[in-house]
Amino acid sequence: MGLFVAQLLTGLANAAALFLVASGLSLIFGVTRIVNFAHGSFYMLGAFIGYSLMQVLPGGVGFWSSVLLAGLAVGIIGMLVEILVLRPVYKAPELFQLVATFGVILVIQDLTLMIWGAEDVLGPRAPGLKGIVRIMGEPVPKFDLALIAITPFVLFALWYLISKTRIGILVRAATQDREMVGALGVNQSWLFTGVFFLGAALAGLGGAIQLPKGGADLLMDFNILASIFVVVVIGGMGSLPGAYIAAVLISVLNVFGVAYIPQSTLVLMFVVMAVVLTVRPYGLLGREEVAGEHGQVGEPEKPIKPASMRVRLVVLVLLLVLAALPFFAEPFFTILATDVIVFCLFAASLHFILGLGGLVSFGHAAYFGGGAYVAALLVSYVNAPMELAFLLAPVGAGLLAVIIGWLCLRLSGVYFAMLTLALAQLVWSLVFQWDEFTGGDDGLVDIWPSEWLSDTTVYFYFTMVVGIGGILLLRHIAHSPFGYALRASRDSVRQAEATGINTKRVQWFAFSIAGALAGLSGALFVFSKGSVFPVELEIAKSFDGLIVVFLGGVKTLSGGIVGAAALSLVQDYITRFEYWRLALGLLIIAVVIIAPNGIVGSIRILFEQRFGIARRVQS
Amino acid sequence: MKSLKKWIVAGFAASVVAATGTVSAADTIKIGEINHYKRMAAFAGPYKQGIELALDEVNSAGGVLGKPLEFIFRDDQGKPGEAIKIAEELMTREGTVMLTGTILSNIGLAISSLAAEKGYVYLAAEPLADSIVWESGNKYTFRLRASTYMQAAMLAEAASKTDAKTYATIAPNYAYGKDAVAAFKKALMALRPDVTFVTEQWPALFKIDAGAEVQAIEKAKPDAIYNVTFGGDLAKFVREGTTRGLFEGRNVYGLLTGEPEYLDPLKDEAPEGWTVTGYPWYDFAEGDNKVFVDAYQAKYSERPGIGSLVGYMTVQSIAAGITKAGATDADSLIAGFRGLDVDTPVGKIHFREQDHQATMGAFVGTTALKDGAGIMVDWAYKDGADYLPSDEEVAKMRPAD
Repeated sequence: MGLFVAQLLTGLANAAALFLVASGLSLIFGVTRIVNFAHGSFYMLGAFIGYSLMQVLPGGVGFWSSVLLAGLAVGIIGMLVEILVLRPVYKAPELFQLVATFGVILVIQDLTLMIWGAEDVLGPRAPGLKGIVRIMGEPVPKFDLALIAITPFVLFALWYLISKTRIGILVRAATQDREMVGALGVNQSWLFTGVFFLGAALAGLGGAIQLPKGGADLLMDFNILASIFVVVVIGGMGSLPGAYIAAVLISVLNVFGVAYIPQSTLVLMFVVMAVVLTVRPYGLLGREEVAGEHGQVGEPEKPIKPASMRVRLVVLVLLLVLAALPFFAEPFFTILATDVIVFCLFAASLHFILGLGGLVSFGHAAYFGGGAYVAALLVSYVNAPMELAFLLAPVGAGLLAVIIGWLCLRLSGVYFAMLTLALAQLVWSLVFQWDEFTGGDDGLVDIWPSEWLSDTTVYFYFTMVVGIGGILLLRHIAHSPFGYALRASRDSVRQAEATGINTKRVQWFAFSIAGALAGLSGALFVFSKGSVFPVELEIAKSFDGLIVVFLGGVKTLSGGIVGAAALSLVQDYITRFEYWRLALGLLIIAVVIIAPNGIVGSIRILFEQRFGIARRVQS
Repeated sequence: MKSLKKWIVAGFAASVVAATGTVSAADTIKIGEINHYKRMAAFAGPYKQGIELALDEVNSAGGVLGKPLEFIFRDDQGKPGEAIKIAEELMTREGTVMLTGTILSNIGLAISSLAAEKGYVYLAAEPLADSIVWESGNKYTFRLRASTYMQAAMLAEAASKTDAKTYATIAPNYAYGKDAVAAFKKALMALRPDVTFVTEQWPALFKIDAGAEVQAIEKAKPDAIYNVTFGGDLAKFVREGTTRGLFEGRNVYGLLTGEPEYLDPLKDEAPEGWTVTGYPWYDFAEGDNKVFVDAYQAKYSERPGIGSLVGYMTVQSIAAGITKAGATDADSLIAGFRGLDVDTPVGKIHFREQDHQATMGAFVGTTALKDGAGIMVDWAYKDGADYLPSDEEVAKMRPAD
């Protein structure tokens, strides 16, 4: 009994920092609809700033004021990020802002390294709360009790702010209908800035308050990201009490998981999330997303049309140049080009569901890595010939997408995105954990192509044919009746259903095709690298895909490919420098601000502004 | 077709060289060094400095084969796929003669597989995974640092001398952690069949729930604890464990815990009385270890880490290997590294012919606090050669060349 109580208290204490950080994310999302990937970075900054302040300010008063000041400082940083980076891109397509927040992650990572150095720092202990209390014979750290006591106060303060004050009323109104609040004369931009301040400050507080239980390190930004997304989704996006309940639920279950199924540490959280979302699709206390926004935000999209003769000729010339690459460039460039084509196919497959289907998948790496693993497992275990493994990879990845798609498509919008993320994490942890079969983190090695493809130049041509074939196939589908049905389902479910389109089935089918083609790129990948590791299934890989699709232009047919090619070439060059993350982050932010419609979209608008009128006169 | 292509490429390359006049390939011997300079900055930084220190020394002594030795450093972002691309670029474009580097085992394994496929020589400097030289071993790959198995066996030997009967283990939930626990169990059970393992804890890497882990271990009431956690996980585990009295009256064994990279961040909360592998750079009174530490501190005015030592020894090994090989083609290099003896700060090490593992050992000692920082006392250097499985066992694990 004593142990049970002690374990419960440990869980409650662990929930404190998690709740603080997650509530900030939830608030920001609720009001601004921004999925803030940089929230983990705010948490990290809170920890480092809090640490530095605690070195200067002595005693108990110093400790607690350091925590508060760290929150304040991070709040101001968040405000600056909102004003400088996000405000210019609110008019961009939905979710475009997440690319900007990704740039912020990179910038903060390098700045933190510059300021605080590479070594982990150990958080100071809270003065006066260093020891333990025995509760029913079991030791419980005093600081844990302090955390357990503080969290409900924070929750209450936030609840009071949101439900009893004028600011709170505005925030709630904005959560429900931003346009209406704007129409009623409320200055939306300052409301957004204020919410960003509050959200970032909460993350900073969370980072600083966990210092006595650990410390600060340079990996903590990404390490907390998945768990806070899970907490927000389980609780219900935008719900603060929900976030608290979810943080407690996850933390307490984790404590008992550790005690009784020690191997469960990786999967538990995602299993809980999948179960909760299956029973309550909008989280414990979340409400169904208001279908106020009909179709997509921003300018209505122009209908897509097959490329004109001129564009086709340009593409043909480019392809011929690419095909001639081995004849005039050094061998390394064929290897680089192979990588770029593989990534382009991956991005194109994501763009297919994201751009044409309006289905934001945060877990697309599952199919890329899934395809790679299917091929690698076949080669490793049944000694399958490379050709067979290659053919079965997209089939395997497609089947995975059929299953995950079936589970996720019952949801929509950001809940759909989060469930794809959770299930992709499940696939990742399965591969990561089951090392007898998958090799775990040590992966599967020696997966090389057959003799006839072993030359890098030959493999380059093979990749070109398969990769570009896949991309052309996707484009062809986009222009087929199925492509029209898919876009109809994206733009208006109601109207599409009324015309007799089974929207869910169309989306499910599209999701599976995208999965299969991502698997195909995974197969190309594994045979070009000779090995595969769980990193190919990680969140970071999914994010890479999302970023290039948005960067290239989600509303253009070629956005995914152009974004992927641009980013991988820039990255290849820029990583040669010391502070490449800073440079890449700033570059991404700059592109986001200058070209809010993505590279292709913005170029097209520029082009039309220049020549559009002239052409019309001619015709 | 093939020859035509070659001619065109050669002609193109010749015209580039003629046009720019930059051809440096002949002047130096280049080594490709791939690492996670950003992702693991705290480890890769000291490692790189160790390399640069040794390069200064090698080159001021005339270089190798009459040419200066040059390292080309590249960041792989911690991604195996990137590392493969960079490895190809280094070997086909930059004119490096061999590859080295990496801390993360998965990237080490990826490069090792590429090395075998393309016939590049690769010296795995820091990755610990046993399979690099055993299950996935190949003709082209060598490894310098004492592997997981070797270091775990050293701790198991120390553990076997106590009368502890029940053990708990705690290790990060991934390949390295699992290998480290399996190796410790195997080595300890061989020496002490009466020992039992009462609980195994597997926190997620860098996401430890330290309070819960400490409670779970306490619940099993073990006589001794074997710890494999490191970095931020270690800090949290030590703090919760100390606060809740987990370590009182128990023997604790910590793999890598004594390495300055892991021990220093703990400051005055470093655990006392743990038996650990590590690097007591502060405690050398004389000899080559002292010479290295002094030279390092003179150049950088900061303490060396274990990474610094490995970086330094990497250059020493490569310089010795190329000198013995007498040429820089792959076959000569393999012949050069096989059976190579190198004089290093820790003594003479030997690159074994049977599995290409170097016999670099590790320092085993007990942790203590001095001037508000963790150190190792009563340490001894254990020669890696004494902690490797028998040749028959190795032959069984390692595929034939």
